[in-house]
Amino acid sequence: MKILVTIKRVEDYESKIKVKPDNSWIVTDGVNYRANPFDEIAVEEALRLRDTNMPSEVVVVSVGPAAAAAEIRSGLAMGADRGILVKHDAFVDSDGVARVLKAVIDAEKPDLVLMGKQAVDVDDNVAGQLLAEYLGWGQATFASKKESLESPEEKAKKPGIRLTADKKSAQVAREVDGGLEILEVQLPAIVTVDLRLNVPRYASLPNIMKAKKKPIAEMTPQQLGVDVVPKVKVVKVESPPQRAAGVKVPDVQTLVQKLHSEAKVI
Amino acid sequence: MATILVVAEQSNGHLKKATLSALTAAQQVAKNTGANIAGVVIGAGAGQAAQDLAAYGIPVHVVEGAAFEHALAETHSAAAAEVAKKAGAGEVVIAATAYGKDIAPRIAAKLGAGLASDVLAIVGANQFKRAMWAGNAIATVEVTTPMKVVTVRATEFGAAQKGQAAGTVTPAQVSAPQPKTKFVEFNEVKSARPELTEARVVVSGGRGTKGDFKPIEQLADVLNAAVGASRAVVDAGWQPNDLQVGQTGKVVAPQLYVAAGISGAIQHLAGMKGSKTIVAINKDAEAPIFQVADYGLVADLFKALPEMAEAVKKLQ
Repeated sequence: MKILVTIKRVEDYESKIKVKPDNSWIVTDGVNYRANPFDEIAVEEALRLRDTNMPSEVVVVSVGPAAAAAEIRSGLAMGADRGILVKHDAFVDSDGVARVLKAVIDAEKPDLVLMGKQAVDVDDNVAGQLLAEYLGWGQATFASKKESLESPEEKAKKPGIRLTADKKSAQVAREVDGGLEILEVQLPAIVTVDLRLNVPRYASLPNIMKAKKKPIAEMTPQQLGVDVVPKVKVVKVESPPQRAAGVKVPDVQTLVQKLHSEAKVI
Repeated sequence: MATILVVAEQSNGHLKKATLSALTAAQQVAKNTGANIAGVVIGAGAGQAAQDLAAYGIPVHVVEGAAFEHALAETHSAAAAEVAKKAGAGEVVIAATAYGKDIAPRIAAKLGAGLASDVLAIVGANQFKRAMWAGNAIATVEVTTPMKVVTVRATEFGAAQKGQAAGTVTPAQVSAPQPKTKFVEFNEVKSARPELTEARVVVSGGRGTKGDFKPIEQLADVLNAAVGASRAVVDAGWQPNDLQVGQTGKVVAPQLYVAAGISGAIQHLAGMKGSKTIVAINKDAEAPIFQVADYGLVADLFKALPEMAEAVKKLQ
């Protein structure tokens, strides 16, 4: 089967995020970039599905600046087979990303598309669902892992997304409010992944070397015939309200008393 | 006059509280634009939940029947979009719960609408505030399409007040879709504790617990609180990762957040900075967590938390 996985280049969550003085965006100088953590979980799941359903291929796709080739390489170093970079320097909203991905998918015709449930920069959590609607496909969002009696070793290797015997559908456990919902979705389908699905592997040194030779195809939204003018524009970016400096309390009794009579939260 | 359609969330006839926050958001928009508000309730038991929603003084459309029994994104988004078109809606508002996040983008795509997601505040007719970079920045976004879909963070909008006169409840005729998805089962997670993202009080433990969460759980029991954990705790395998509070975990905003033995990495702060009152308990007086804490206590959590549990019990 062919599995397509999306990877977004995002600011590292360990970097300090500061707003630009003109409130147009955040300061990007001195900020480290990495692959969106949810997308790494998607890559890991794709690799497990590939390795238990050979012959299969994993293609990683990114929409972003030229520098996003680095995040595609990180996916290739984890074990993906090839990459596609749709280059665009300016901000693309989730709707634009979904329409670009639709054009890529129309050409690639994958059996399954795995995406992080959200990118940790804009925190939108919508691109996968938009894409499913544009394609007319089924979706299973927030994929998690159904707990079972398998050993931790087995759990570390097996995919959480289970293909049915005829490989025409997949069963997905979704993390929803109050529990896990199991859906069966016909392939091709969009699955967006949540934190609990798996723990992504680290790329080994030999695989990092091998990844340098794997192909990355480059194209632009214009070449795909997609207009990426955003439907949702970011007009202002501000710092969140700062918390007033708190007080240190000398002991537990004072703490509880202040929580009771001052903050009135207990 | 344009209509704002509120898509309700319900389960087995029980209207979810978050819907009333979505209604409040819709009322704020209506105040600016003079629009009417209507509701739609979809799924098994929708008729009962629709009566509850109509009590807030708005007309409510009901979509029931076997095709809509389970909350599948394909079927529920199709029903909501069709009702929106028939009602002449210019805007659709939904609470940003797992259900709302699942269906709202598909509704937007069907209507050709721009979507503002997980909105914290209504700025104007087309502008909304939302958190980005895990709350490290607040963006004002503008939806440029005439048709808009908005999902709202329920904790930022209070519950709507009941209306003087109940609205009408009418069944909506919508076409039955042919979904490519099938419901298999629902495994409810039964926990005596409230859900992490909805709890009024959260008690979280970090590396300082050395993996022993008994004091955290004891205090959580007394406060009827949810239990959270830092990434270090989850990475060490001490606690399951659905307890992780932080940018890559859950974002919480309870009335009271108690961070015990948590140093306060940016990653973690991003997930709890929105809490109303923050208490930090840490042996290290220099820990960054104290910079965001309203009340800081430099102490050993193994002594302080049991003492705190006792003191809280006495108040109750």
